[in-house]
Amino acid sequence: MKRRDFIQQTAAGATLIGLGGLSLQSFSPINQKQITILHTNDVHSHIDPFGPDDGRNANKGGVARRANLVESIRKENPNTLLLDAGDIFQGTPYFNYYGGELEFKLMSMLKYDAATIGNHDFDNGIDGLYAQIPHAKFEFVSANYDFKNTVMDTHVKPYKIFNRDGIKIGIFGLGIELDGLVLKQLYKETQYIDPIEIAQDMSRILKEEEQCDLIICLSHLGYNYRNEPEKASDLKLARETKDIDLIIGGHTHTFLPKPTIEKNVVGKNVLVNQVGCYGLYLGRVDFYFDNDKNKAAKGASIIV
Amino acid sequence: MNIRLILLAVVLLSLNSCKQEMYLTKIKGERIEINDSIEGLKSIEDFVKPFRDHVNKNLDSTLAYAMATYTKNDGELNTAIGNFMADAVRELSNPIFNSRTGKNIDISILNHGGIRSIISQGNVTARTAYQIMPFENTAVVAELKGVYVKELVQYLLNGKRAHPISGLSIKTDQDFNLIEAKVGGHPIDDEKIYNVVTHDYLFNGGGNMNFFKQSENKHILDYKIRNILIDYFTKVDTLNLKADNRFIKIK
Repeated sequence: MKRRDFIQQTAAGATLIGLGGLSLQSFSPINQKQITILHTNDVHSHIDPFGPDDGRNANKGGVARRANLVESIRKENPNTLLLDAGDIFQGTPYFNYYGGELEFKLMSMLKYDAATIGNHDFDNGIDGLYAQIPHAKFEFVSANYDFKNTVMDTHVKPYKIFNRDGIKIGIFGLGIELDGLVLKQLYKETQYIDPIEIAQDMSRILKEEEQCDLIICLSHLGYNYRNEPEKASDLKLARETKDIDLIIGGHTHTFLPKPTIEKNVVGKNVLVNQVGCYGLYLGRVDFYFDNDKNKAAKGASIIV
Repeated sequence: MNIRLILLAVVLLSLNSCKQEMYLTKIKGERIEINDSIEGLKSIEDFVKPFRDHVNKNLDSTLAYAMATYTKNDGELNTAIGNFMADAVRELSNPIFNSRTGKNIDISILNHGGIRSIISQGNVTARTAYQIMPFENTAVVAELKGVYVKELVQYLLNGKRAHPISGLSIKTDQDFNLIEAKVGGHPIDDEKIYNVVTHDYLFNGGGNMNFFKQSENKHILDYKIRNILIDYFTKVDTLNLKADNRFIKIK
């Protein structure tokens, strides 16, 4: 596939001009670290690849292929996290037959690190989701669903911190408003809380209290609602918060050929990404860290 | 104080000040297409196979035999496949509704666009039901006053297409002016409550079936439309489906 790489945002070409300022610190051999973030969203129980006769997605997708790809990327960089932005369930008979057991077991075999919860993950009711939790060897994060009065209480954390090669990565989750989208009899006493306010809290906690180097939001809010500008979406979230580095989205099945770069509330760049649905694509974002303060002061360069 | 301890302290301090702060300097983003150029990981294939075999065997075991191929475009205002779906939903929902309420279902209505596949001549399987009805919608009975059943009839006249119906018969002129509408063979009584079975998507305003907003009461049957079709296929040996005169234009 053809993809034209270009330097989207270099803060006045920091990587080029910055050469002159190549660190005068007394003791600092250039020390580089790389964190690789891999992500999926809205896989919707698509375990097998689409067949050769499929009208739209012929020969695409498939969990065994994704496993192979993830494994080779992990070999190349062990400091990799694999994440999912929700709607794991519903879409093929595998879900109807096994209720999500297979989806969670496979994600565990692929060594997913964390996922958030999408509206379709309530399709067998909150009890149906709870029943599959023992098969998931990864974390569920959701900061704006309050499960206190449900069976899911204690099984979902607002955020989770991962440490890879000394880099602290804080990951929190956000879910879409359930009322009107999911029957109340399915989500029961799950309380939805305004995601933007929660995200502001979360990013403060992760940045200031937990001192994370990287903050990622796993969102099932949807990419953007042009006709409903007040509705919480990933772009709105990016603009109205600070300290989030990457928003991994879902719900709207938006096929972004490359991550969108948005300015946050203090004018810093935030990446928003989403890879459509059905496991047709794997998203990959690499974060490079080094000890060159001068370079960092000019802002990270973003290549998409 | 021990000199060695002081030395150690100095070394530790300097080490600490040398601990390198790491800064984010570069971000690279891309998406990778998953396609047949990537080989599937064998351990995953091996894990999925027995599940796939079970599902396929189950989905592909023959439940009934279709005498012909039926599509939703076979007729103008009613079709064999649509009539079958509406009849099956009314027939199989009724025992559940009756056991809960003591009442019977008068009408069923689905939407033409919701028939997602054809029934091909030959063996009919559970997979056929998944193809016709991939969605998870569940049967809902709405209690509608006759005056709103008349709105339902008007919806069908405005739509001019073969939305699946059962229990209701409509005759119209060439310009879609109503000639006659009957439920169970009787004219519609404005004040009478009719029990109309549909599914939750349509009940909740899908397909612009706004007359459902006027429901006096609703009963969620917890019976998926797809399972109704599978149960119907299981019950009968052959499908010999027919268009009829439940919704027709009079010349």
